[in-house]
Amino acid sequence: MSLLEVRDLEVAFHTADGTVRAVDRVSFTIDGGQTLAVVGESGSGKSVTALTLLGLNRGAEVAGTVLFDGVDLLAMDDEAMRAVRGNQIAMVFQDPLSSLHPLYRVGWQIEEAILAHRDVPRQQARARAVELLDLVGIPEPARRVDDYPHQFSGGMRQRAMIAMALALDPRLLIADEPTTALDATVQAQILDLIRRLQGELGTALIIITHDLGIVADLADDVIVMYAGRVVERADRRTLYYHPHHPYTVGLLRSVPGSVARAARLQPIPGQPPSLIRLPSGCRFHPHCEFVMDRCVDHDPPELRVLGGLHHGSACWLPGEMVGTDDDTHRRRSAYAGAHRQTLVGSGSTAVP
Amino acid sequence: MTTASTEPLITEPLLQVRDVRKYFPVGRGLLGGALAEVKAVDGVSLDVQRGETFGLVGETGCGKSTLARCITGLYPVTSGHVVLDGTELTGLSRRRLRPLRRQMQMIFQDPYGSLNPRRRVGSIIGDPFAVHGVASGAERRRRVQELMSLVGLNPEHYNRFPAEFSGGQRQRIGVARALALHPELIVCDEPVSALDVSIQAQIINLLEDLQDELKLTYIFIAHDLNVVRHVSDRVAVMYLGHIVEVARSEDLYTLPRHPYSAALLSASSVADPDEAEQKQRIILRGDVPSPVNPPSGCPFHPRCPKAQDKCVVEPPPLERKDDDPVDHLAACHFPVQPGEVLSQP
Repeated sequence: MSLLEVRDLEVAFHTADGTVRAVDRVSFTIDGGQTLAVVGESGSGKSVTALTLLGLNRGAEVAGTVLFDGVDLLAMDDEAMRAVRGNQIAMVFQDPLSSLHPLYRVGWQIEEAILAHRDVPRQQARARAVELLDLVGIPEPARRVDDYPHQFSGGMRQRAMIAMALALDPRLLIADEPTTALDATVQAQILDLIRRLQGELGTALIIITHDLGIVADLADDVIVMYAGRVVERADRRTLYYHPHHPYTVGLLRSVPGSVARAARLQPIPGQPPSLIRLPSGCRFHPHCEFVMDRCVDHDPPELRVLGGLHHGSACWLPGEMVGTDDDTHRRRSAYAGAHRQTLVGSGSTAVP
Repeated sequence: MTTASTEPLITEPLLQVRDVRKYFPVGRGLLGGALAEVKAVDGVSLDVQRGETFGLVGETGCGKSTLARCITGLYPVTSGHVVLDGTELTGLSRRRLRPLRRQMQMIFQDPYGSLNPRRRVGSIIGDPFAVHGVASGAERRRRVQELMSLVGLNPEHYNRFPAEFSGGQRQRIGVARALALHPELIVCDEPVSALDVSIQAQIINLLEDLQDELKLTYIFIAHDLNVVRHVSDRVAVMYLGHIVEVARSEDLYTLPRHPYSAALLSASSVADPDEAEQKQRIILRGDVPSPVNPPSGCPFHPRCPKAQDKCVVEPPPLERKDDDPVDHLAACHFPVQPGEVLSQP
């Protein structure tokens, strides 16, 4: 049994403008000690997925199952959820400044996290806070434990957040863009820390990010999300070297220094769709270079890609067309051209 | 500092920056005087050649944005010289500076914060025409719409408000505004940092196309080292208000000489698992020291894995090391050698 198994998760928000379908039939699993990266751009549903796992999005309409150690988190009442959250599943948010209370000492906030779940004297919680700050590499932890958040640098605050998340030895850590607000050298420090702690403590990690560099560095498995759907899933190497879905290929061809090694970047034209008025058929078809007739009105299910054991892609292109190279690109184009009779709106060069 | 030009026929660089310093007063003493100074830019010299893209990298607080604002005249310099196209800009009055400013424009990081939300896009892009009294009425409208199509916006959206555009489109508005007066030099301060990766690539390509078409010179500031490598001909690395290394991009990324450049480059992540696995990460300890009270000698010495006694007392000059190309300069007493693995201090 997997540590976490998410099946057909759907999350919708009702707004004045209409229903926002933020997450649509998302499924994935993660085992103990593993790292799963959830990759996507703004509005892809990656953060909403994470918040839903922790029951942190009030007002949302949620369907599906989330089995943590065999128990459905979505069926839990608030009190039962509180016992899991922070204790067995912990979260590190993107912005450490707004996630730490500015008027309480850092150590006190870590102690509170411990005391919320464990019946220990405060002194013991404090000793644990110092130990944790030491673990995450805060210098002079016995003194800095009494600092306020503003006395910490950005990197130190993120370390403190990680210390708090690890306070109760969670079995699953969810990190939502944990290094986005940080400089490169600080990012390297934090990722190094996460990797080391994961090795020492055997925590499973879900890392949510738009940064394909971090994923290449850290992940065991990857899922790529677009407009609320998982469009591709694979182990790390397969995803980078043999991607199938045109959106994944597009992402890799649009970042400098990636496996695609493009002299000129090949951006994905246009922008992701509104989650209120989603396109028919495949959600990516209005921006896909390889759009075919069937893409317009038939939403592709996630199909197994040839060659990969756990490689799935929600695209109608043949399973053997994988890779970011120009040759594969031409084969995709030729195939798509042959399966496109009517004129459909391929946004190959169109600018919004 | 001297910088060799690739095209020997053109001798004079478009922009010359000489020993520029920018100190900001902090705190107030009893009599209202400043208690201390933040040395944001502390003696920077550089040349930017016509038509090149000059990248400026460094981490938060290294002074790269302050330097950009000193160059464009948004901040008066504390000391030093900025010479654009042979004309000294420092010390000019605002009135005399204004016509020269047409040659230099800026593109900002935040496409949300840099456009007035209550004004229509057409009038935002037309601002430079109004400020410099260049075109008005129907002529201004025509030129604004030309600019809009140049940067890939629909000219029919002339009367829309910024809120009706996405982040990527807003950045195009910022680009159009910067291009209005046919500047020679555009300072791009983190122009793509706030954008999603696919949109980022659209803007980078747009900037490259415009450079070819309009023969623009760019100073490109970013913290994403992969982006800087992609767009820049030459790159300067800044640390605590100093340029610690400058070189052609390929030279810098192949063999960084300054230990800080090496650490910075090793820390940047690449979207390639094989390369990520091979990478020897140099994890720096601690944080960047305060620019109010910077370290003696080499500013990097407290965090440097190679620091020795000399580094504590003697500031290293920015100069060529060993057999490096003539335009590869580093400010380090003990530069990184080819194949050397920097160990943790």
